[in-house]
Amino acid sequence: MITEKATFDLYKKVSTELPTDVMSELVRAHDNEEDGSLGKESLGHMIDNAKKAAELSRPMCQDTGTPFFYVNCPKECSQKEIKEAIEKATAKATEEVPLRPNAVDTLTDKNVGNMPVIHFTEGNELKVGLLMKGGGSENVSTVYKLPDASIGAGRDLEGVRRCVLDAVFKAQGKGCPPYSIGVATGGSIEEAAHLSKMQLLRKVDDINEEKALSEFEEKTLRDVNNLGIGPMGLGGKSTAISLKAAAGNRHPATYFVGISFGCWCMRRGQL
Amino acid sequence: MIELKTPLKKEDVLKLKAGDKVVISGTVISARDKAHAFMLSEDFPKAKDAVIYHCGPVIKDGSVISAGPTTSARMSQYTPELIGRYGVKAIIGKGGMDDSVLCALKGRAVYLSATGGAAVTYAQAMKVKSVSKEEFGMPEAMWEFEIRNFPAIVTMDAHGKSLHKKVLEDSGKSFRGMI
Repeated sequence: MITEKATFDLYKKVSTELPTDVMSELVRAHDNEEDGSLGKESLGHMIDNAKKAAELSRPMCQDTGTPFFYVNCPKECSQKEIKEAIEKATAKATEEVPLRPNAVDTLTDKNVGNMPVIHFTEGNELKVGLLMKGGGSENVSTVYKLPDASIGAGRDLEGVRRCVLDAVFKAQGKGCPPYSIGVATGGSIEEAAHLSKMQLLRKVDDINEEKALSEFEEKTLRDVNNLGIGPMGLGGKSTAISLKAAAGNRHPATYFVGISFGCWCMRRGQL
Repeated sequence: MIELKTPLKKEDVLKLKAGDKVVISGTVISARDKAHAFMLSEDFPKAKDAVIYHCGPVIKDGSVISAGPTTSARMSQYTPELIGRYGVKAIIGKGGMDDSVLCALKGRAVYLSATGGAAVTYAQAMKVKSVSKEEFGMPEAMWEFEIRNFPAIVTMDAHGKSLHKKVLEDSGKSFRGMI
């Protein structure tokens, strides 16, 4: 069973400690940027900030983001009880970490605290993944419908690659690069978007078992970095540190491509 | 490194060039989407000649916990009028703003970039002086901060130059070469 305490601890860790694989990539990117460039300076700020946040146990970013939970539970677990534990932990973390209250009632415009989004699946092992995903990186996330003549994108992986480059070009520095990017195909808008966001849970060194996708990930990441948008969009070699893809089945008539962006402080963790 | 102190004068702003690194001390006011709409519909004297910070901070018991910049592009639509109405001298944010803002900055104001997500570092250079419109909620309220040696980069100057525009154009060429 997942307890309120364990979920609170997960919130605290994810909001205040950058995952080690992300930190390593930022350090590598920092070494790789030209001396004296704004890109190198921005990466220096990011690394310094992540260290301070961990030392002081404070949220790395003022934007709590939206907490996305991915819960895989065995059949004997109660989804209702897990949901209650997550909601209680969310309220406690908002008060005690503290986290910025971030959910706004769209009709009344009142701030109502933080509202986790919880996705359940059933399986043998109890697993919980958490993404705390900022509004800036969510605002540049998008879905394409192929074919798309505006970028010459057909219904194949080359078309998907063009979607990714177009999305990154349009995002520029608005979502706080260097990005982690999740890409997924699917038969419906929400399926492609959901699956692409789940790719952000994957670690930087997680190689896709599907060869066509691992090649796609490698090539597209290289192309993204050749755009030259750079850290914080101020120019440079590091526009993304990670790109992970998944291919969901589609309807014969549909071909959606979901693209989810994570900012440089890719806050993710697991129980 | 150029040191700036608020209140900024026109000549302070005019000498800055895109690419300059600055540290700012003095007073800034945080404002996001809702605060911008408010400042254009009602009078808000504190904004006169002010430095506006695109930020929705985490404040706990009057202390600044975490306070990095938010994406400035959302505020582009309000900003030319804000500069015209209040004589805002500088805007701190991230990601840059559009051509209408670049035009409005000419001869009057600058846009300064802070590093998104570097929120603990910035919080350490900030103290709360006062808050207006707290009923908007913590992120949307207008917090008046005392800042000390707050680091930023001039990325849109008062002479029509924008580093964001340059990166957009250069990356556009690369993009078209890859599709």
